[in-house]
Amino acid sequence: MTDPALIWSYLAQGPLLWLTATLAAYVVGDALSRAARRQSWANPVLIAVILLAVLLGATGTDYATYFQGAQFVHFMLGPATVCLALPLYDNLPRVRRAAWPMLAGLVAGSVVAVVSALLIARGFGITGPVLASLAPKSTTAPVAIGIAERIGGQPTLTAALVLLTGIFGAIVVTPLLNALRVRDWRARGFAVGVAAHGIGTARAFQVNQTAGAFSGIGMGLNAVLTAVIAPWVVGWLG
Amino acid sequence: MIIALSLILAFQLVGEVLSRALDLPLPGPVVGLCLLVAACVLRPALADRLRPTAQGLLANLSLFFVPAGVGVVAHLPTLRDHGIGLAVAIMASTLLAIAAGALAFQAVARRTGSVDPSALKGEADD
Repeated sequence: MTDPALIWSYLAQGPLLWLTATLAAYVVGDALSRAARRQSWANPVLIAVILLAVLLGATGTDYATYFQGAQFVHFMLGPATVCLALPLYDNLPRVRRAAWPMLAGLVAGSVVAVVSALLIARGFGITGPVLASLAPKSTTAPVAIGIAERIGGQPTLTAALVLLTGIFGAIVVTPLLNALRVRDWRARGFAVGVAAHGIGTARAFQVNQTAGAFSGIGMGLNAVLTAVIAPWVVGWLG
Repeated sequence: MIIALSLILAFQLVGEVLSRALDLPLPGPVVGLCLLVAACVLRPALADRLRPTAQGLLANLSLFFVPAGVGVVAHLPTLRDHGIGLAVAIMASTLLAIAAGALAFQAVARRTGSVDPSALKGEADD
């Protein structure tokens, strides 16, 4: 029998181990989320991330090694984003009829997301590059990183803030909008797409197809609007 | 499925090239998304061909965020310095932005008469 340490050093070099671990952690997260009847606090991303973080810590594996395996999963974000075209196409008649409500929801959600975050952070004495990194936190990660670079933020910090915003938004959206008695799936989906990008959209698809379609649109439109307003708001508040 | 996947990747590829070549504010996959909607409008058969694969990927959209999510843990030391301020800013602004977006959408939908009865959440749904 081979020395277990040799097997480990072999596995630690290739992508197989952490690719498998990522999928397995998600299967566990998704199963727990289902067992909790998709209650929003049982977010599958959050559960999988916690499981993997514990595993990385316990095995002393660094993120770069982990990502060699996980990059295949990460890569699928791009094709999955392209696939949002299908629910958008299927809902096109609905989308056409909702042009004005979408414009209102976009402007309100996008401006509130940027301005309120920066005002609160400034209240805590946060300035400079950290403040600039926070500004695009509601947009989808690749756009957010591009915006952060342009306005003097730190891209890795922005990526982390984007993820935290998405997970938090996906968890709070259902109880929040139930409390506000918003019953329109279009409004519910659109708002979470604007405020919490793809992770919010993933949550919306778990609950309702129309909400998912509008969430995808909200995410896309907010990416454009934030790219326009973030430099301006940072210049004003920074 | 391989044909569908090739088509989806091709749309992403064209989107990436356009995004860079024209210096667009949108990332490649979002440009690919827009192109695919346009293509489906021109050729509805394309939508039928891609739908099963697209639905499969979207049903597991959460999975694809897991690697980046683990990256947050790797960057925790960066977050620690301003931890409380950033946490409060993210939580409060996300709550406010979702509420503002949904309420604005709903108010304008009522005013412009574009309420869609088939898109209303039942009292029992959750």
